[in-house]
Amino acid sequence: MSAKIVTITSGKGGVGKTTAVANIAVALASEGLKVCCLDGDIGLRNLDVVMGLENRIVYDLVDVIEGRCRLRQAMIRDKRLPEMYLIPAAQTRDKSAVSPSDMVRLCEELRSEVDWVLIDSPAGIERGFRNAIAGADQVVIITNPEVSAVRDADRVIGLLEAEEKASPALIINRLNPFMVKNHDMLSAEDVLDLLAIELIGIVPEDENVIVGTNRGTPIALDPKSKAGQAFRNVAKRLLGQTVQFIDLDTQGTLWARIQRLTGTK
Amino acid sequence: MDKLVTPFQIKGLRDGLLITLAKGEWELLEPALLEHIRSQQAFFSGARVALDVGSVPFRVNELSALRDKLSEQGVSLWAILSESPVTEQTAQLLGLATRISKPRPEEQRKYASEDLGEESALFVSKTVRSGNRIQFPGHVVVMGDVNPGAEIIADGNIIVWGRARGLIHAGANGNTDAVICALDLSPMQLRIADELATNLSDLHEKPVPEIATLNGEGKLSTEPWQPS
Repeated sequence: MSAKIVTITSGKGGVGKTTAVANIAVALASEGLKVCCLDGDIGLRNLDVVMGLENRIVYDLVDVIEGRCRLRQAMIRDKRLPEMYLIPAAQTRDKSAVSPSDMVRLCEELRSEVDWVLIDSPAGIERGFRNAIAGADQVVIITNPEVSAVRDADRVIGLLEAEEKASPALIINRLNPFMVKNHDMLSAEDVLDLLAIELIGIVPEDENVIVGTNRGTPIALDPKSKAGQAFRNVAKRLLGQTVQFIDLDTQGTLWARIQRLTGTK
Repeated sequence: MDKLVTPFQIKGLRDGLLITLAKGEWELLEPALLEHIRSQQAFFSGARVALDVGSVPFRVNELSALRDKLSEQGVSLWAILSESPVTEQTAQLLGLATRISKPRPEEQRKYASEDLGEESALFVSKTVRSGNRIQFPGHVVVMGDVNPGAEIIADGNIIVWGRARGLIHAGANGNTDAVICALDLSPMQLRIADELATNLSDLHEKPVPEIATLNGEGKLSTEPWQPS
């Protein structure tokens, strides 16, 4: 096996990196692929919580790098899917426990174990970010349709260009079609216009995503959720399939129809 | 006398060592340098080193590998001096200094420029993104956008074949005749010489090419370009 290594990063915090990693991993694993997630946020680990695997951690990323365990021992298997694993971050250490060259070595070792490696990057552009992108074949930038998040995404894209990484792909997360319609939120076009990189997903705002992260059940496991569908589509696009972007137009929804009928809009 | 020229020179500075590499293939210089450090471990252990690599272009992975190798020998690399803008940028990315207390004359210029006779220009053929700063002692032409958070600072004129939305400063050395042209001029801040203007958000429905100059009273003014 020769895995593809994808890092998900954003610059700004709180835009949904960890949620995206968990959901894309679930979606890829549901396609029957062997997936390993790597939490790069050493000292502030979250991915284990979002995936609901917190209480099963024995060894972590730093243990592997410092040779206290074998790679396989640190890979926690998610029992909901046939082949999904998590390597958690260490909580009692910080970013300086790992160097970019350590990450490259780890990624190379993982490459022969699985089909896909998804790395959750910490916020920021310092050491943790450098570690997270060091071994990546592809970088996915996630942003919210907010000026500050887009500005940070632009900065990160600039840094990746300087590193001569392949051009990153973009996911726009938490888009609220109503707000876009009322010109209260940047549209996907506005964001793309500025960042000018390949778009591989638009995820609508959905409060069930928060419920899912709190319960440790990624929304991509829910076949009815639109946000879950959006993440599944991202996974398909990563696999090279062409998928239509889901229709987020609010015209057809019951609420919009009521608003139109009652003339409140 | 030894026929072989030493591949590098080592000089003591106030705050560490300066190693200047001779011109040559990095593939040959690197092992020689590392071997020398290894053989003189007592001398180099704990040293703070600035490395002058001349014109060798370094990529991030190469430079970080070198830093790792040096740190294994107890040598901490704190600065990289180079004539290559690629290497300088790489060093800055890795958080290394690119100048030591006494700057060399060629370091005055951030970008090396080809001599184009009377005046020189820097051609940037990509979008300049947030956090990037391009400073040049001549004209600057950008083929692409200048995004918010990016800065273009030129002693001469600035032409943006794209959207200018960051900070644009022409005539930075005080040249009041400098002009700024862009296909879509809606920068966060526009400066010519010492004049400054903000809130230039586009008044036009559809962006039109515009030119900014200092008018008779020395104030910044913009004018749309109209095909005649």
